[in-house]
Amino acid sequence: MTTTINKAPVDAVPPEPPKDERRRFGLKAARAGGQHHAGPIAYAILIVFTLVSIFPLFWTAIAASRDNARLAETPPPFWFGANLFDKIEVAWSDANLGEAFLNTTIVAGVSSLTIVFLSTIAGFAFAKLRFKGRNALMLIVIGTMMVPPQLQVIPLYMMVAKLDWTDQLQAVILPSLVSAFGVFFMRQYLLQALPDEIIEAARVDGASSWRVIWHVVFPAARPAMAVLGMLMFVQTWNDFLWPFLVLTQLGNPTVQVAVAGLGRGYTPDQALIMAGALLSTLPLLIVFAIFGKQIVGGIMQGAVKG
Amino acid sequence: MTGTAPTHDTAAAPPAKEGGAAPARPPVESPETLRKRARLSRRWQRDVRWSPYAFVSPFFMLFIAFGMFPLIYTAWASLHTVELTAPTDMEWAGLRNYTRIFDDEFYWNAARNTFTIGIISTVPQLMMALGIAHLLNYKLRASNFFRVVMLAPYATSIAAATLVFVLLFGRDYGMINWFLGLFGVDNIDWQNDKWYAQIAVSSIVIWRWTGYNALIYLAAMQAIPQDLYESAALDGASRWKQFLHVTLPSLRPTILFTVVVSTIGASQLFAEPLMFDANKGASGGPQHQFQTLGLYMYEQGWVNQHLGRASAIAWTMFLILIVIGIINYVISRRLRASS
Repeated sequence: MTTTINKAPVDAVPPEPPKDERRRFGLKAARAGGQHHAGPIAYAILIVFTLVSIFPLFWTAIAASRDNARLAETPPPFWFGANLFDKIEVAWSDANLGEAFLNTTIVAGVSSLTIVFLSTIAGFAFAKLRFKGRNALMLIVIGTMMVPPQLQVIPLYMMVAKLDWTDQLQAVILPSLVSAFGVFFMRQYLLQALPDEIIEAARVDGASSWRVIWHVVFPAARPAMAVLGMLMFVQTWNDFLWPFLVLTQLGNPTVQVAVAGLGRGYTPDQALIMAGALLSTLPLLIVFAIFGKQIVGGIMQGAVKG
Repeated sequence: MTGTAPTHDTAAAPPAKEGGAAPARPPVESPETLRKRARLSRRWQRDVRWSPYAFVSPFFMLFIAFGMFPLIYTAWASLHTVELTAPTDMEWAGLRNYTRIFDDEFYWNAARNTFTIGIISTVPQLMMALGIAHLLNYKLRASNFFRVVMLAPYATSIAAATLVFVLLFGRDYGMINWFLGLFGVDNIDWQNDKWYAQIAVSSIVIWRWTGYNALIYLAAMQAIPQDLYESAALDGASRWKQFLHVTLPSLRPTILFTVVVSTIGASQLFAEPLMFDANKGASGGPQHQFQTLGLYMYEQGWVNQHLGRASAIAWTMFLILIVIGIINYVISRRLRASS
């Protein structure tokens, strides 16, 4: 048996290990896990991953600043050319991006605000209130996270066709107003961020449920609401399948559909496509540059299970 | 809030109307105030009893309209012949849509592709995420910078990311082939060769989601109690051993969670293979090399205009996910029982 064989030498080790051994495994390792300082190798690996993460974005800008002839040469360009603003201007007008930006902002704004509001009140109920069927309903919420959107698009498409909503924004907005993830996220947050005593105290003071929501839950949940709002904004901004199916006339698309349309010409202008891709991503990158720390914190918060 | 607030069940008690310390013995009350109090109490109980439902019902109403109803209706539609041009004309077909897709080699091809792309994209992604999370868990200069930058791909849309990767993976002038050429590798036809195309499509997924998963792992790692590491270290466990025997076991539920979420994501892969195709078709390459089930559903429904058949494909996808969910449930129960 391997265990006994392995065990023998361990038992044979003298009680007092050599000094450098002790330093390696004793004192320093006792502060293990998150307490260690990263060595140069850790930094090197992280820097490589950082470069891999941002290089495609960076290169999008480079490619957008070049013309097709230069892109069709080896080696590909590594630095900016002169055409960036021309290409962005053409992409803006060609793909009707102005209208697309407006539409996407409306869709993402309305959806994320609604999701945040509904998720907070539902999350509060699941986290802090007792009612019949609570566990069963929460299970349904979690279960709905598993339903693939493909299952929903066909009847939704039929509904939209019947209502004559094709190519109209409400067709995109309405199905994106609910997020099971949002409910789950807010529940997790409120479970730990909102002490029961505060709710009880408000109750004792005679506050109705809506007053509790307004004066206790919303203030307590504000950080999580902000993060969920940003996450949902990113998600709806980047949503592709459903807008792609339902906004078929290119006159009135979202940014993603418009940018995807750029690549569909017979002789695609690569630099132009890259300019469109860059434009479509820029607003979110700016949001990330400003609120990155909070978004990271929010994702990590939502990940810890309660 | 009074210091003498009663500790008994607040749900059954009427609210104290007056702030401040209540007198030890209330004065005798007129029937008027008693009635008023009883009315308030009834309203109070109604509020406590029903408001939870008011708070969750908007979610469920919207969910029923745009989640549950479509789910069931898709099942109904999958039993009919429905054309895209007349989505309301439904003709009963029984299980014909299902038997038809099961005899369809393209369906099985798409199922195989979905499976292989799912493996190629999920396994390296989660393993790298685990490694990165481990590194990020060290004491680190600029740790927030690393975290934010690694999340940047998550902010990129599928459309933008795929368009960029199509260029990077170009056969003749793409940067990846140029880079490989530096090491003497011949140009690879990323869009037409089956395995290379699947790797390329997977790399888009990996690029977008690795940082996100790393943050989830990092959060779980930071929740591991320090003394576990300390006692392991005192037992003489090296850092690698600590990772294997402390970090990984503590992370099991999180890992399982990310596996399920990534599996769901992989099974729904649609936009990446759609836009990776040089011919901009829904076939997933000229020989259907990277046609996923999601793409095949789209092709059947919106290109060939057979919505009934597309519904049947969608339902088989859902059934596969349910099976995965059950497997996950069984595994997590067994893990919990063993620990």
